[in-house]
Amino acid sequence: MAENTVQTTGHTWDETLQEYNNPLPNWWIYGLYVTILFAIVYWIIYPSWPVGKSHLRGISTVTYLNAEGQSETHGWNTRAKLLKEMQDANALQKPYFDKIAAMPAAQVVKDPELNSFVLSAGKALFSENCAACHQAGGQGKIGFYPNLADDDWKYGGSVGEIEATLVGGRRGYMPAFGEVLEKSQIEAIAHYVLGLSGHAVDKAKATEGNTLFHSNTGACYYCHGEDAKGRKAFGAPNLTDKIWQWANVPVATDLNGKVTAVQKVVMGGLNKGVMPAWGGENARLNPGQIKLLSIYVHELGGGK
Amino acid sequence: MFKKFTHETIESNAGWLIVLTMFAISVGGLVEIAPLFLHDDTLEKVDGVRPYSPLEQRGRDIYIREGCYTCHSQMIRPFRDEQLRYGHYSLAAESKYDHPFQWGSKRTGPDLARVGGKYSNEWHTQHLLQPKSVVSESVMPNYPWLMGPLDASDVADRMRALRTTGVPYSLTQTEFDQNVKQFGEEHARMFHIPDAQVNLVAQAQAGNYDGDNRSVSEMDALVAYLQVLGTMVDFSKVKPEDLVKFR
Repeated sequence: MAENTVQTTGHTWDETLQEYNNPLPNWWIYGLYVTILFAIVYWIIYPSWPVGKSHLRGISTVTYLNAEGQSETHGWNTRAKLLKEMQDANALQKPYFDKIAAMPAAQVVKDPELNSFVLSAGKALFSENCAACHQAGGQGKIGFYPNLADDDWKYGGSVGEIEATLVGGRRGYMPAFGEVLEKSQIEAIAHYVLGLSGHAVDKAKATEGNTLFHSNTGACYYCHGEDAKGRKAFGAPNLTDKIWQWANVPVATDLNGKVTAVQKVVMGGLNKGVMPAWGGENARLNPGQIKLLSIYVHELGGGK
Repeated sequence: MFKKFTHETIESNAGWLIVLTMFAISVGGLVEIAPLFLHDDTLEKVDGVRPYSPLEQRGRDIYIREGCYTCHSQMIRPFRDEQLRYGHYSLAAESKYDHPFQWGSKRTGPDLARVGGKYSNEWHTQHLLQPKSVVSESVMPNYPWLMGPLDASDVADRMRALRTTGVPYSLTQTEFDQNVKQFGEEHARMFHIPDAQVNLVAQAQAGNYDGDNRSVSEMDALVAYLQVLGTMVDFSKVKPEDLVKFR
């Protein structure tokens, strides 16, 4: 073995054990010096060391608009950078939002460029804010949340009505009839209601239900209307179609099951169907986003 | 008299090795964390941040008990994508009464720092019982036991413990009066430890968070907590550039 010219570290353990003091490779040691240099430059440019009751702000700056719309410059930090980025991105989107705000919805969807903006921005907004309840395609969930992709609307399906729903939120309510009506009366009403949407029901019971529905005992007509086609002012749904929101009639295989499903709703009433408000005070969405989202929901398929 | 203090002294003396190693590894903390306690601009000066009501506080305890923090963070970072998805970035001031804070960094589920008011109580209840019934692609487990009764007997003790960490729950009339001044009378009543249990039940009854008003369940507490997250500061009254100046 060739004689080794490398020195040892000078330590000796256990009488004979020694360690060579090999120098670090040059690429490594100069790499280290470069990173130290980089760190010093970084301290100068960006916020770095704590000093007294504050810290070094660095020489880098960000210029953004303040609340009064004037240009303002502050030392670089992530909050300033974010403010600038939000303003830049908003400025890029602003022409589209301005056009949409100024135009009636019917015209927006006829403009190919605006329409594709509505579809892509609307999809992102819908996925994050609406899909948790109304599901990804707006199909809703029986027993929980209404379908937005069909043409049946509790509170109205025009863009303006959808917008009002988004801004103010909604709170569904149906009183419980379990203690007001006899069990047999509720059963009769269930037969009548199912008959309205073409189910083969017990004729005699349905006739009794019809009377109750339109009497002041049941008073169903007050919210659902004389023709049982619903009243938007109360968010009372149309009972004459085959669309079910609360009573899961479609999954019941026989008449008995369907009657039970409707009975349950009439007996217990509904104190749910709460849609949060997205506009107004402390709003999650701004008016431009709400109008865009209203058009998007309207275009899901069922808008009126 | 003294031997020269060399590298060998440290290597061959366990006491020196321990002390100096501890110093070396604490430099990062001393430089990056300790000064924040002394800085004037660490906590943003914003209105509205208050301690949790007894019910919300119990909800927070359940949040921690169930390990929600292992999948959900409560820290919206100042990036555009986060702001668009979750809302305004989190402020240090917003978690000043949190002990321990729930910032986290693991996001298997979404950030919850501003989940308050985003969904209905009914949605939260359904979602906690059976997440897949409302979000089909969710991997969150079911929490059916949350409908069980809430043990509210020790809520006053829990608040007393938090009081020792600096949360301004009141025990005396003087402290109560101070809270009235700082948070308004309605809130100050909520923070009065002797009335904790009464207030807890009252809020659960009035809010009926789980849709079942016969008893106070753990669900009531947890949903009350989730619904207050991130809602205390009214950002329409805060100028964005003012928050920039705190960093």
